Amino acid sequence: MKADIVIIGGGISGVSIAYNLAKQGMKNIVVFDDNYMTGGATGRCGAGVRQQWGTKMNCLMAKKSIEFFEQAQEELNYHRDIEFKQKGYLIVAVTQEEEQKFKENITLQNALGIPSRFLTQDEALDIVPHLNKDAFLSATYCPTDGHLNPFLMTDAYYHAAKKLGVTFHYYEKVIDIVVENQQIKEVITDKRRVKTHKVVNAAGGYAKEVGELAGVDIPVYSENHQILVTEPIEPMQDPMVISFAHNIYCQQVPHGAFIMGRSPNNPQHNHDMSSSWQFLEEMAKTATTLLPALADLRVIRQWGGSYNCSPDRQPIISESNLPGFYLACGFSGHGFMFAPMTGLLLSEIILNKPTTIDIKDLHVNRFENMEKTEYETSVV
Amino acid sequence: MNKEDVIICRCEDVTLKQLHDCFEEGYTTFEEVKRILRIGMGPCQANTCSLLVQKEIAQFTKQPLNKVDTHVIRPLITGVPLGSLAKEAKDES
Repeated sequence: MKADIVIIGGGISGVSIAYNLAKQGMKNIVVFDDNYMTGGATGRCGAGVRQQWGTKMNCLMAKKSIEFFEQAQEELNYHRDIEFKQKGYLIVAVTQEEEQKFKENITLQNALGIPSRFLTQDEALDIVPHLNKDAFLSATYCPTDGHLNPFLMTDAYYHAAKKLGVTFHYYEKVIDIVVENQQIKEVITDKRRVKTHKVVNAAGGYAKEVGELAGVDIPVYSENHQILVTEPIEPMQDPMVISFAHNIYCQQVPHGAFIMGRSPNNPQHNHDMSSSWQFLEEMAKTATTLLPALADLRVIRQWGGSYNCSPDRQPIISESNLPGFYLACGFSGHGFMFAPMTGLLLSEIILNKPTTIDIKDLHVNRFENMEKTEYETSVV
Repeated sequence: MNKEDVIICRCEDVTLKQLHDCFEEGYTTFEEVKRILRIGMGPCQANTCSLLVQKEIAQFTKQPLNKVDTHVIRPLITGVPLGSLAKEAKDES
């Protein structure tokens, strides 16, 4: 079997890259994933999409991705509802330092055309009345941030890419990449061998290992982040509520359930995706402190998933030092919301076209000189 | 029997018709139909629909029932209010 390009990873990044390549006319695109669709990080994510970031690149990636989501249902001509809602993100400031940093973020975001704004405590309470006013000082708010169903968004890209001729093989694991004289020759899976000179690494939590198959060292690692979901109830909270200081993100999805997560206290670098009682307890304490009205809500399920983290918490989207080996990894928990731009930008790089935005700052070689990179602090 | 009138997952109001449509699209495992249709994601966590869905999968894929994978069971065993969890955690610390 031959392919013009092999994409490893059929999560949101992989399907978006496949769709964008096919849309621009590339043929013979083959996608492999060792699991069912969304079995990895995509299907385990918190389903939020936001533009309120602290670095220019993250702001631009997010803003242009939201513009795609706004018309994704039509462009992809999907037969189910992708459940896109734009009811905002409200990020609370707990300390004076946070408030100051958030004001700087808003200046950056507004300069890039993102309609975020500063809210006093009273203004924040108008939008989310059940916030505990003793637990925060002020907030920032962006009304066009929101929510999207990760499974159905992936399925929408998948269907659209298939119509354009992309071949998908789920439940098929790539076990080796043959490289000779700095050129990719072949991709070997547990079921077949594929002759190709181009490979995309969109393997999410396993991006580092897939890089190793090709002899490419990528400075990323994975850590377990956990989430829980409650029973569904009538709508009572419009925006996603985030606090970095309290360590929580919490939103009510259109279906009615509340989804909430937080960062681990002692993150380990590994592929653990288990659920822990420690998370459940910490999450419950934090949620009922910041949003006391949620105390009566029943938790029905919890799970874990991998954040594939880069050293500066910004994505890696570039060719690697191995020609024809392309990287879309290190999203640090935000691969889902950036996926439309990931697909567009990487397809432009692969097809040797000028990129829609200047993304030299997302090149993997930026880590050779860490002083040059901007560190994203707005991460839960 | 009208498939649109048969509810296969009562927590999430999923009909037999929706399930069969999903099979036709190529999604024939519990994990896949769970993610597309939200089957088994409600308060009962598939305690009610699991076997019903497995039987449908077995029939569609022409496999014996014992060859059809069951769903992944995640915590919690039953729904527990956030407030109770927080209170217990605080009392311990």
